[in-house]
Amino acid sequence: MAKIKGAIVVDIEKCKGCEVCVPACPSDVIGMSKEVNGKGYHYAYMANPDACTGCSNCAIVCPDGVISVYKVKMD
Amino acid sequence: MDIKDIIKPENLVYTKTKLMTDNALSYCPGCGHGTAHRLTMEVIEEMGVEADTIGVAPVGCSVLAYDFMNVDMQQAAHGRAPALATAISRTWPDKYVFTYQGDGDLAAIGTAETIHACNRGENIVIIFVNNGIYGMTGGQMAPTTLPGMPSSTSPYGRDTAKMGFPLKMTELIANLPGVYSVTRQAVHTPKHVRKAKKAIRQAFENTRLKRGLSFVEIVSNCNSGWKMTPNQANEWLEENMLSFYELGDIKVEGQLVKK
Amino acid sequence: MAELKLMKGNEAIAEAAIRAGVDAYFGYPITPQSEVIEYLMSEQPEFRTGMVVLQAESEVAAINMVYGAAGTGKKVLTSSSSPGISLKQEGISYLAGAELPAVILNVVRGGPGLGTIQPSQADYFQSVKGGGHGDYHMYVLAPASVQEMADFVEDAFEMAYKYLTPVLILSDGIIGQMMEKVYLKDQQPRWTDEEIQKISGKWATTGRIGGRERNIITSLDLQSEKMEARVHRLQAKYKKMAEEDLRFEKIQCDDAEYLIVAYGSSARIAQKTVDLAREKGIKVGLFRPITLFPFPKNQLMEMTKQVKGILSVELNMGQMVEDIRLSVEHKVPVEHFGRTGGIIHTPEEVLAALEQKIIKR
Repeated sequence: MAKIKGAIVVDIEKCKGCEVCVPACPSDVIGMSKEVNGKGYHYAYMANPDACTGCSNCAIVCPDGVISVYKVKMD
Repeated sequence: MDIKDIIKPENLVYTKTKLMTDNALSYCPGCGHGTAHRLTMEVIEEMGVEADTIGVAPVGCSVLAYDFMNVDMQQAAHGRAPALATAISRTWPDKYVFTYQGDGDLAAIGTAETIHACNRGENIVIIFVNNGIYGMTGGQMAPTTLPGMPSSTSPYGRDTAKMGFPLKMTELIANLPGVYSVTRQAVHTPKHVRKAKKAIRQAFENTRLKRGLSFVEIVSNCNSGWKMTPNQANEWLEENMLSFYELGDIKVEGQLVKK
Repeated sequence: MAELKLMKGNEAIAEAAIRAGVDAYFGYPITPQSEVIEYLMSEQPEFRTGMVVLQAESEVAAINMVYGAAGTGKKVLTSSSSPGISLKQEGISYLAGAELPAVILNVVRGGPGLGTIQPSQADYFQSVKGGGHGDYHMYVLAPASVQEMADFVEDAFEMAYKYLTPVLILSDGIIGQMMEKVYLKDQQPRWTDEEIQKISGKWATTGRIGGRERNIITSLDLQSEKMEARVHRLQAKYKKMAEEDLRFEKIQCDDAEYLIVAYGSSARIAQKTVDLAREKGIKVGLFRPITLFPFPKNQLMEMTKQVKGILSVELNMGQMVEDIRLSVEHKVPVEHFGRTGGIIHTPEEVLAALEQKIIKR
């Protein structure tokens, strides 16, 4: 059975740390960093990368459009 | 599989559309305006009509929409966006003309321009972002503020006996014979975002077919004005806003589908 | 070949607009200028030239329609009368701030408030000092005949596009309502889309044709330095207008010992006063500013070398007289005469005022 693996890339300096992506993720992938970006926001990151399926939910609710999503099918 | 092997250009499935500029959005963290902007631009990009699109920005939080939407834009005086859009569409009948307006702009100061542009059935798209409050000026009462809802000019909650009732502009608009389609959407969860995008696409398809006026309300949040975190605001929206401002299509192909 | 017709001023300007290749008219009826939109609606210029004519829901909507169409490089006209022009001031300020070309006609009636539907020149201050909020002016043309109502349409658009600014044609209820013969110019074609790209493609929001960078029409600059630069840019235009596009007319001024300054319908009346005065042996000249902004201040100063006094004749309680005084810097006495409330002064009244206020002073 094919398995789907995903990953996200967050534009750290543009992330405003609003956390809207966190509950949007069905696989609890996203966490908020302890560090802050140049604007002082705790930015989103993949806290649990193995669970990401590349579903794009986080990216499409992100008000600032800072998340890019990648996906591969693995046989 | 290593993450580096996933993050390759050929595996990219979603990124911000090129029709959003790289300017940092001026909106508060978690504000639905950014999502509504992006959906609008994604639709224009997917339809391949950016060379024929002219947008009109309002006064309010989204006054600078032209800094973010990478299409030709005009910035209107407060409430007058539908008048601008009327003239642009009348003098360039083959263009895709849209207004992007908040609830203060569209439902208070611009009530006349909104109703009459709708009633004339102008071949334009109106995107109406309703967050129940005046965001830019610091959280004052809007025509859409819910009964009992506090704001800086209704600090003890909106008293309908003194301050009037919230105005359902969208239902009012739907009853005008000139209006072709009316829908109410939201953008606070992935499910709502997907539906909202379909609705916006349909609206611009109506313009392509010269069907007349398409009106898309987006019920949104204002976590700064509501004095909540973004996720709290989205929950409050779900529990309070959506019971008053019910989501779904109100008018389809010129026919009312919901009273 | 010019065509000769007998027309009302309001009709002449409407017909001239069609013939000048104007793309759109947006307006709202108000006395005494409703003939403009009535003429356009009955003439159906969409079939003659493709010109759009729309009756808006208000003057506010109409001027913002003007902004929208002007922002795409289209030649666009609106008209109204005093109370309606007050409503348009917000939009005119935005037009000036966003540097958009447009032509606005004011067929002035008496005020303040709802005032009267009779003629007046009481909107002078509003017309030449800006009218709305912010540091701006319009280029202001004052026709004194039905012929000029027609001719000034093309002139106004030429100025609007030369300076990217709203231009006001400041008429009044007399010029708008009276019938005179008028020579109408031949039909000019409207600009094609390609011509609009050539003329205004750098700034007009016509869509990102050819994948160019986006164009933005706005009057907003949140950075103070940028906003100041924008206002300086406007002021530079006004200076250039005064240098290159000032207009005035001098009638019997060569040997004049006394001067009447009047514009529009008052200039027509004052011209008769000049004749009456000269029959009595009084050497009076008439100076008619055709542009009220820019104002012919150097030319008026020049006249002080020759005349003993100046009477400003206006259908108001004394507005242009202030600009004349500023222009001549108290070198000679400057007085005002005018009726208001819709009453039109007679040539005899003007002569009596000249004798009393200036000559016997």
